[in-house]
Amino acid sequence: MKITVLMKDVPDLVEDLELEAGQLLVDDISFVVSEWDDQALEEALLIKDEAGADVTIVAVDTGDVDTMLYTALAKGADRAVKIVGDFTRRLTNRTRAAILAEYCKSESPDLILTGVQAIDDIDGQIAGLLAGYLDIPHASVVREVHTMDAQLHFIQEYSGGRMAEFTAASPVLLGIQAARKPPRYVTVAKVRQLQKSATLDEVQVVLPSTPGLTVRRLYKPEAAGHAEMWGDDADTVAEHIVRVLGEKKLLRS
Amino acid sequence: MGRIVVIGESHRGALSDASRELLTKAQEIAGTGGDTVSVVVLGEAARDSVKAASAKEATVIVGPGVDEYHPETYERAIAHLLDEIQPSLVLMGNTTMGMDLGAAIAARRGVAMVAYCTALVLDGETLVATSQVYGGKLASEIEVPKTGTVVTVIPGSWAPVQSSDSPDIRDVEAPVPSRLELLKVIEAEPGQDVDITKADILVSVGRGIEDPDNLELADQLAEALHGVVSCSRPVVDSGWLPRSRQVGKSGQTVKPKVYLALGISGAPEHLQGMKDAELIIAVNNDERAPIFEVAQYGATADILELMPALTEKLQERVG
Repeated sequence: MKITVLMKDVPDLVEDLELEAGQLLVDDISFVVSEWDDQALEEALLIKDEAGADVTIVAVDTGDVDTMLYTALAKGADRAVKIVGDFTRRLTNRTRAAILAEYCKSESPDLILTGVQAIDDIDGQIAGLLAGYLDIPHASVVREVHTMDAQLHFIQEYSGGRMAEFTAASPVLLGIQAARKPPRYVTVAKVRQLQKSATLDEVQVVLPSTPGLTVRRLYKPEAAGHAEMWGDDADTVAEHIVRVLGEKKLLRS
Repeated sequence: MGRIVVIGESHRGALSDASRELLTKAQEIAGTGGDTVSVVVLGEAARDSVKAASAKEATVIVGPGVDEYHPETYERAIAHLLDEIQPSLVLMGNTTMGMDLGAAIAARRGVAMVAYCTALVLDGETLVATSQVYGGKLASEIEVPKTGTVVTVIPGSWAPVQSSDSPDIRDVEAPVPSRLELLKVIEAEPGQDVDITKADILVSVGRGIEDPDNLELADQLAEALHGVVSCSRPVVDSGWLPRSRQVGKSGQTVKPKVYLALGISGAPEHLQGMKDAELIIAVNNDERAPIFEVAQYGATADILELMPALTEKLQERVG
């Protein structure tokens, strides 16, 4: 089974997101692997561990994606592909999906996995956009993907705790909510060591034309309200909580 | 003049609050431009839900594959219907279904998409959406082309109004799914563990709990408060608490008297499930965490120090 995992990096929310003229200052912020894509990679590797598979990691080169790709190889992916072209950090999801569609059409994977969402999905999630472009069946909010007799089995979460079990013939595209196990860890030393011997395959794709959106501005929302803050001292905060709950008659003796 | 289509979701014969919100907004936008509001639902069981919907037209997509949510069938049926209707705007909830289908339908139809919308207003002739992105830390103001753009709206973004309409209803046959086969639906089993939707006091933990061993501190605190432990998504995904304890978009929606959010940053998907709690007290070491915007009281204390300190004070109080 040929599994393609689509990964991207996103701004690290641990840091303050600096804005200028209504746009993110992308050169001044650090990027991390989108957490749901990391879950998708782990699920692919678990399928490989369980039933055998050829796992290819694909990222569009919008900046520095090499470390992300080498890390995926160090974790157990078989091949890493960097899609190169005239792309910047401001690449929209819609265009990214169209680029990935070009790549996937030429590779014909049996199973495409990616994160169910990312923190910067303003113009739609990659899973749905790409499935629409490829015209293949897809499901999002998915976990527990297994292969059985050349068929795929997976769970899709509905809302309110309901879920459904599906089976599918390939090709199929799944937006992964969570892997069966927490993403595996590899040391920086192992990634560095692998970087000396492994190579990234570069595939050229021409920037496609896609329906765009006019984003007037990004801004830090002014909260409609903000909590009355009690500081950071645990004992003081505990006293405040007891007082408030007592005033509202929510403490049972 | 065009059509504004709302893709509705129903439960037990009634439109969801999220869908009624969308209809309210659709009517508001339509009112200014003379557009027609059209609601679409899937499955025979949803028919009753549109009889009094706030819309001029209703379409019920029927067929053997639509009684339960099926991504392939729903996507094809809705996309096909939209090709026929040629709407100016399509509104969906940012629910599992909206997240699953919104982008796919937009890409399939070659129209734009706006996700995580929390506000939709007309600025002169231009429709402008506000979306929550970057974990709720930033908002984005986007011009929405009225060329069939699909907008998914976070439930609870505005209030639904009561409808007095009775739309004309027509049926459309859904295609038969060919690639994905729904094997079975697994119902939520709240009785298996505890029903967090029934609790008056929830001690809810997030990533800040750091380690499953620290859950004992939350258990002890919940016991001292006569409450129940719930959690945000990452705690469930790590396998530390069962899915029945999860609050948020893909978990439970709760409205307790007190929601004590400990180590929860407040991603939009989580806020969706708890922002209507009567009292929210949030503790998170990131003072910029979005959870503080919905909480009445907040603190930046270390939750691993706070939980035992609070438990002790509550126990002392009882004596």
